[in-house]
Amino acid sequence: MNSAVPAAPDAFEVRAHQFEDVEQQHHASWLGMWVFLATEVMFFGGMFAAYAFYRVGFPNAFAAASNRLDVTLGAINTAVLISSSFTMALAVHGGETGRNKAAIRYLLLTMLLGAVFLGVKFYEYHEKFVEHLVPGPAFRFEGPHAHPAEIFFSLYFAMTGLHALHMIIGIGLLTWMALKARRKRFSPIYYTPIELTGLYWHFVDLIWIFLFPLLYLVGRHL
Amino acid sequence: MNGAPQVHYLNVDYGIRSWLFTTDHKRIAWLYLLSVTLFFFFGGFFATLIRLELMTPQGDLVQAETYNKFFTMHGVTMVFFFLIPSIPAVLGNFLVPMMVGARDLAFPRLNLASWYIFILGGLFTLASAAAGGVDTGWTFYTPYSSIYSNSHVALTVVGVFVTGFSSILTGLNFVVTIHKMRAPGLTWFRLPLFIWAIYATSIIFILGTPVIAITLLLVGLERVFNLGFFDPARGGDPVLFQHLFWFYSHPAVYIMVLPAMGVESELVTAFARRRVFGYSFVAFSSLAIAVIGFLVWGHHMFVAGQSVHAGLIFSLLSFLVAIPSAIKVFNWTATLHRGSISYDAPMLYALGFIGLFTIGGLTGLFLASIGVDVHVHDTYFVIAHFHYIMVGGSVMAYLGGIHFWWPKMTGRTYPEPVARVAALIVFLGFNLTFFPQFVLGYLGMPRRYHAYPPEFQALNVMSSAGASILAVGYVLPLIYLIWSLRYGRVAGRNPWGARGLEWQTPSPPPTHNFDVTPRVVAEAYAYDKEPEETYEFGSPSRA
Ligand SMILES: [Cu+2]
Repeated sequence: MNSAVPAAPDAFEVRAHQFEDVEQQHHASWLGMWVFLATEVMFFGGMFAAYAFYRVGFPNAFAAASNRLDVTLGAINTAVLISSSFTMALAVHGGETGRNKAAIRYLLLTMLLGAVFLGVKFYEYHEKFVEHLVPGPAFRFEGPHAHPAEIFFSLYFAMTGLHALHMIIGIGLLTWMALKARRKRFSPIYYTPIELTGLYWHFVDLIWIFLFPLLYLVGRHL
Repeated sequence: MNGAPQVHYLNVDYGIRSWLFTTDHKRIAWLYLLSVTLFFFFGGFFATLIRLELMTPQGDLVQAETYNKFFTMHGVTMVFFFLIPSIPAVLGNFLVPMMVGARDLAFPRLNLASWYIFILGGLFTLASAAAGGVDTGWTFYTPYSSIYSNSHVALTVVGVFVTGFSSILTGLNFVVTIHKMRAPGLTWFRLPLFIWAIYATSIIFILGTPVIAITLLLVGLERVFNLGFFDPARGGDPVLFQHLFWFYSHPAVYIMVLPAMGVESELVTAFARRRVFGYSFVAFSSLAIAVIGFLVWGHHMFVAGQSVHAGLIFSLLSFLVAIPSAIKVFNWTATLHRGSISYDAPMLYALGFIGLFTIGGLTGLFLASIGVDVHVHDTYFVIAHFHYIMVGGSVMAYLGGIHFWWPKMTGRTYPEPVARVAALIVFLGFNLTFFPQFVLGYLGMPRRYHAYPPEFQALNVMSSAGASILAVGYVLPLIYLIWSLRYGRVAGRNPWGARGLEWQTPSPPPTHNFDVTPRVVAEAYAYDKEPEETYEFGSPSRA
């Protein structure tokens, strides 16, 4: 393939200098994102390992502590995130087909859903604070399981907090993509950034799909 | 052909901004070279203090608490801020794009960001040193680190956490570059073995580093928010920390030594002027080390209450992981056989590497045997073992590599006679420093104490004397390499007559490495052929 670089509407350079052609650049970016997600899997994996270890050690305490989480809010948030994955996919489709207006619309919708998720999460955190379920000196948990329950809530805050941090970064990326779309950057020959942002967003949703049953539903089947 | 090109990556622009905002992988390699050199001497400063204290059996130079901070700062600095970034971030950055025939890494801006992240992490660690240091040991074992230590654990842990992302992003960049940006005709089995080694290292960066990151994050959270993840008084399990820590930190040993092995393959072939013996075995052994290396972490925990069965399996796997390393050593030796060997400074380092790495590796097998480990666990035997790998192996290869590629990086050659003397001083000083420690450990001297019984003094004095010789061996290259920047002979394109792709472009290389994208038509290390029979610089673009 000869490196005749196709120009986008306002003729910005699609191909970075280190690549031979746009196709190579696209493949490299894709691989880069997947490798990054592999790192992320191991990053969350360390916490999932700690969770598994303590849950095996303290099954009853984890069930009891899990029952103090608000499963309704958790379920609502799960639905919100799954919907946001849907709108994200529509935004990516808009970008790929060069329909920048549609892309902006769905990006904003995705950001809105992400914000709803974070709002609900924040409300839940607040509830836990009021109920003295935030680990530390103020932690109160009736019954024989106080210590392991505190570990459960430590894990709960660490895992959902890390997930929320990823959501916030995701919303930042979505904002960036929306700005690109406003400048009509996306076209059938240039859409890698929005596609990779979509991949990241789906990944963050997927983490929640694991977190929700592990944290909220442990106690329900007992 | 022999003169430096008119415009190359060094003189294309001057001024501090052109360096701090560069996206050229070769300039970023220099940024790393300067920073890891500073960290090396910073870590070395603490080593000097340690050896000074251990000259006498009494704890007379400093108090025990201060001594704890010395060995912690030494370990943290050397492991996370020198050894891990040294070969990958300096030589890897400089060489990977050139060896695969690319203009740059796949993500040049990310590469620059990695350096800034590294520096940010380094600043946290330096800040913790300035504020009074850490005393947990580089292993940050809980619950001491998370609850009881009164030193600046959180600051240091944040530093190591941040630096980890620099490693991850560098590894990501290498993997993508090696997969997607190889020159036409450069198939996987024509790649230099340095690239295979860097690839295997990058896999560990990508899959291992996030685990230490999350582990240190948990320690930090536990410390700052008073949680109980690893506090046995509150149901937490300190041994879980050890599992998570060593899940990364054993593979991290291979992060430190695999790139050194890659350098070794380049040096041995170039100075024996032979194709490497058993190319695919050397290549795949790098991947085998990366994979098996993830399954042996329990050998650090034989006396930490691990079950006997787990201990047995980890012991067996630790023996297994020695096999690919042994394959490499045998193949390098077989490459030397009947080679026409020249003993230039890089080759002296390379030969030193083979000997010292072999001693380090074999004593590793002593430690992988549960019975022996119980006897020598946490003694100077362990210290000697891993310094033979890390210093005798990695640092030797790093210095060998710096000397070997110095003409390419700077366009000048270093003064050969003094470099050979320095290499010999390093070798002698190293052995005098660390061999006595094997004996000390076997006799039962525990690590991490500032005082010891008087009968250990003779060996400790030998070790400290060796350390001062070693210091001379490290300062000498610093002096003559800087000297050579100005006064060294102009090197020309390929002063070693090597066959690597990086030697087929001018020294120093132009910003985009190659004026014409090369085409590779033969295997690596074709010392029986002319370079022109391996590489073609014909058509101006990829077909
Ligand atoms: Cu190990």
